[in-house]
Amino acid sequence: MNAIAQSLTDSAEPERVPLSLRGPASPRVVAGFGFWLFLLSDIVMFGAFFAAYAVLSGETAGGPTGAELFDKSRVFAETLCLLASSVTCGFSALAAQRGDRFATYLWLAVTFALGAAFLSLEVAEFAGMVSVGAGPSRSAFLSAFFALVGAHGAHVTLGLAWLVVMLAQVATLGFQPMVRRRLFCFALFWHALDIVWVGVITIVYLGAR
Amino acid sequence: MLDASEPQGEAPGDGAHTHGGRRSYLIGLGYALALTAASFWASSTSVVYPPSVPVLLAVLAIAQMGVHLVFFLHISSAPDQANNVLALVFGIFVVALVVFGSLLIMANLNHNMMPMDRLLQMQR
Repeated sequence: MNAIAQSLTDSAEPERVPLSLRGPASPRVVAGFGFWLFLLSDIVMFGAFFAAYAVLSGETAGGPTGAELFDKSRVFAETLCLLASSVTCGFSALAAQRGDRFATYLWLAVTFALGAAFLSLEVAEFAGMVSVGAGPSRSAFLSAFFALVGAHGAHVTLGLAWLVVMLAQVATLGFQPMVRRRLFCFALFWHALDIVWVGVITIVYLGAR
Repeated sequence: MLDASEPQGEAPGDGAHTHGGRRSYLIGLGYALALTAASFWASSTSVVYPPSVPVLLAVLAIAQMGVHLVFFLHISSAPDQANNVLALVFGIFVVALVVFGSLLIMANLNHNMMPMDRLLQMQR
């Protein structure tokens, strides 16, 4: 923030400072906004997968339909894992803002465990489907299903790898502003995955006919 | 809402330390659990008129996405967040174009396509 804006902020109501006098945004805001744009573009990519699934979900080529393949209780368990991990991830972000190292480790570890539980449920589901001959090459419906749900699973896997990297960075670098920004972006990423999952359960699993 | 450390706007998620903190996540979890349970119930119930179930599911999903945006990502209508909200609106617009556009075009092509048996007869 430049000197003019500083003096304006000090003297008058802060809201009155014109945008042009406020100076460049802080790195935290820039990083957060840039990452937000990335997340939105990622959601647009998921939108294309959703569109492909919506178009192809009826094209089973005589193979099994979604209603025959999906196990709703497993999907419910997956949803609970992901929802709980979103909250623990938020707690870890709050702990990192306080600079509480132990709580950050603890909540990140819980987030990792819940994410890994989600992923193992999903891998078991995929393995079960492939073993009964309902792999991605069976029909257009199953190709679209594995592309969409697999893309989400790949994001969760990358998120878990990122989480481990962040644990290592907190351990070695401490709570430097740079590390805090990365933790903050990680939390945004993890919450965004949860939003995509809401779309997946509604359109893929609950909408299955 | 402006202070010396945040001269220009808020990053998405930045509201966490100013608006509620831990409580915000727990309230969000409560709403999200209720909406998830309602979605699973709606998908397997016979109480609701069956053709309207997809509409109900869509409404519940949109509500849950809103809950996630507000309580987990801390997106709000505060003036500091104008950039974030504008980007979000544009993202929703593009997703809607892609999804509904694909469905419309593919349904139209499907409708105009000659049935497969007729097509095979013509090739003989």
